[in-house]
Amino acid sequence: MAVLPVKFTKTKRDKLAQLLWVLNWISVVTGIILFSLGVFLKVEINKRQDLMAERQLQSVPNLLISVGLIACGINFLGGKICYDCVDTSKFLRWKLVMLPYIICTFFFTLSILVGGLMCYSLHGQLEESLGLGLREAMRYYKDTDTPGRCFLKRTVDLLQIQFQCCGNEGHRDWFQIQWISNRYLDMSRREVVDRLRSNVEGKYLMDGVPFSCCNVNSPRPCIQYQTTNNSAHFNYDYQTEELNLWMRGCRQALLDYYTDILHSIGLTVLIIWLFELSVLTGVRYLQTSLENVWRRGDPECESEGWLLETSFVATARTNFNIIKNLGKFNQINTASNGDPNIDRPSTAHYGPDNVPPKSTPIAS
Amino acid sequence: MVVGKMKLTFQKRVKLVQGLGLLSWLATLCGAITFTLGCFLKTEFRRRSEVMDNTDIHCVPNTLMIVGLASMGINYFAGRICQDALDAGRFPRWKTFLKPFYGCSIFVTTLMLIAVILSYVMKGSLESSLKIGLKNGIRFYKDTDTPGRCFQKQTIDHLQMEFQCCGNNDYKDWFEVQWISNRYLDFSSKEVKDRIKSNVDGRYLVDGVPFSCCNPRSPRPCIQYKITNNTAHYNYDHHTEELNIFIGGCREALVNYYMGLMNTIGGVVLSVFLIQSSVLASLRLLQTSMEAVAGQENVEIETEGYLLEKGVKETLMEYLDPVLKLMWLNQVTSPEDTGTKNADS
Repeated sequence: MAVLPVKFTKTKRDKLAQLLWVLNWISVVTGIILFSLGVFLKVEINKRQDLMAERQLQSVPNLLISVGLIACGINFLGGKICYDCVDTSKFLRWKLVMLPYIICTFFFTLSILVGGLMCYSLHGQLEESLGLGLREAMRYYKDTDTPGRCFLKRTVDLLQIQFQCCGNEGHRDWFQIQWISNRYLDMSRREVVDRLRSNVEGKYLMDGVPFSCCNVNSPRPCIQYQTTNNSAHFNYDYQTEELNLWMRGCRQALLDYYTDILHSIGLTVLIIWLFELSVLTGVRYLQTSLENVWRRGDPECESEGWLLETSFVATARTNFNIIKNLGKFNQINTASNGDPNIDRPSTAHYGPDNVPPKSTPIAS
Repeated sequence: MVVGKMKLTFQKRVKLVQGLGLLSWLATLCGAITFTLGCFLKTEFRRRSEVMDNTDIHCVPNTLMIVGLASMGINYFAGRICQDALDAGRFPRWKTFLKPFYGCSIFVTTLMLIAVILSYVMKGSLESSLKIGLKNGIRFYKDTDTPGRCFQKQTIDHLQMEFQCCGNNDYKDWFEVQWISNRYLDFSSKEVKDRIKSNVDGRYLVDGVPFSCCNPRSPRPCIQYKITNNTAHYNYDHHTEELNIFIGGCREALVNYYMGLMNTIGGVVLSVFLIQSSVLASLRLLQTSMEAVAGQENVEIETEGYLLEKGVKETLMEYLDPVLKLMWLNQVTSPEDTGTKNADS
């Protein structure tokens, strides 16, 4: 008993084929959209590669790019098949290809679904990667003379200005690292030497932040040094002053930014997946109804199309047996000494009398 | 003396109609592009309207928008006329429409050219507008508590960071202005009192700049106060230090940005102008060649098409005569003329 059977007249079949041709071309466009979404995500992740520690973040954009390209190819082929299906003679060309094509497309749509769901699962990895990456970047902020790290200062400054954030979790992260290089510290001054000596590791720590942490919306000129010292500045209270520096941490800012991008991309991919699935269903109905037409031999007759010929369980069982027998094909039957012909009845014809010849004795 | 005479066979006429049909569609699209470019330019000017003193420069995007819309209409009608051209029955109804149509189209096309010229001519006006606007912006930087000026600080900070510039002509403009409000100055401190006394107008001037002048590309943490004092900072020479703060002024940065934008737009509008002119010329050729066919039994004869029947000067006078007559009609006749007229009647 077939799964979801639908009766198709000739005109209905033709209309379905034409509709599927158009939908397949639309699917080519959605494939291009998938490809460009993958490229966009890859570019966005690569832009801030300096601030991210090594994690498996490239898998999602790579998957989207490959899926997009394959979608274009598959749907182009599908469009061609559906275009030819209007004419029953041309259908014969594709008859043998259609079922493998449908199975491939089914597994391919599964991979689209996987790609869409992966977009939502990256949150934890992203947070970890950003946390570690930002910590390292802030640590090497002062090393503008070390090759390989000389651009980190610029990257961090531009990041803090663009995303309106300061430090990793907050602006206090800058109090715990030395972000002023020793090249610019006057070691002859007593204040500098005192500060270095008072720290266990000999680091020059201060309650100041780089200029990129300054909040543009502040009504007063930026206070970036001695931020916790209320008496150092007129009419200033560190506890209540909110607009002086950016309050948000950069890890949270970047995480929000990337989460927004990933959620939008994930939603788009899921919608595209639903669309591909509906196109696949249409193609399956078209294939089964045309096969039934061909079986009956009359191109004008009404035929039935379905998703599965027997019920879901029965189809699964038959397919499983086919796969099992594929495995058995390669096995040798050891019971008959490896001779596959040993139990087969003889079908040879021995002349008009049909008397089998006597075996001649071998001269010893 | 006929201008632009050309013999057109029937085949050539058909090809002309087809080509003109496509060209008019292309020209409509180009009109839409011109309109979009005008809108884009206007939004760009409006974004920085706070540092501009006047809106004289807005005439360029306004002209572009009007021209874009008008050319879309003109090309739509050109397409319609072209569709009816080969049909001898439908073509005559466009006859009375054509003269004012050509007049309008030539006016709009010259307006396109004028818009491009304006964008180069208005450079001086833009520069002076920015000069005054930036000067005021820097002067009112500290007035974050005055309504109407409280966003100047934000605007100037954003501008300096985005365009990588500092001050009006250069960073030294900040040395001549008090950009730290009195609300944040400790008047009980001797240093503050000395500085204010030493200034004629009683202003607190420093050789420092706001944080938005800091260059992120600098290898060392930003030095924004006591910039000219080499001894105040370790290993620092004010004259050789180039990467510490942005050296260039915001006026030059903004003028360069806007002129670059207008140059690109000017290039695009010039090509649109060429396409539009070719549409009009082809339409005129088609119309004149079809007029020779009208009334003939055999539609497939070879006819002559031309751009102008008389010379350029005579055609201009022909067009301007009705306009001038309208202007004379509006003039009031003097009393002695009316007196002599009454005496004669």
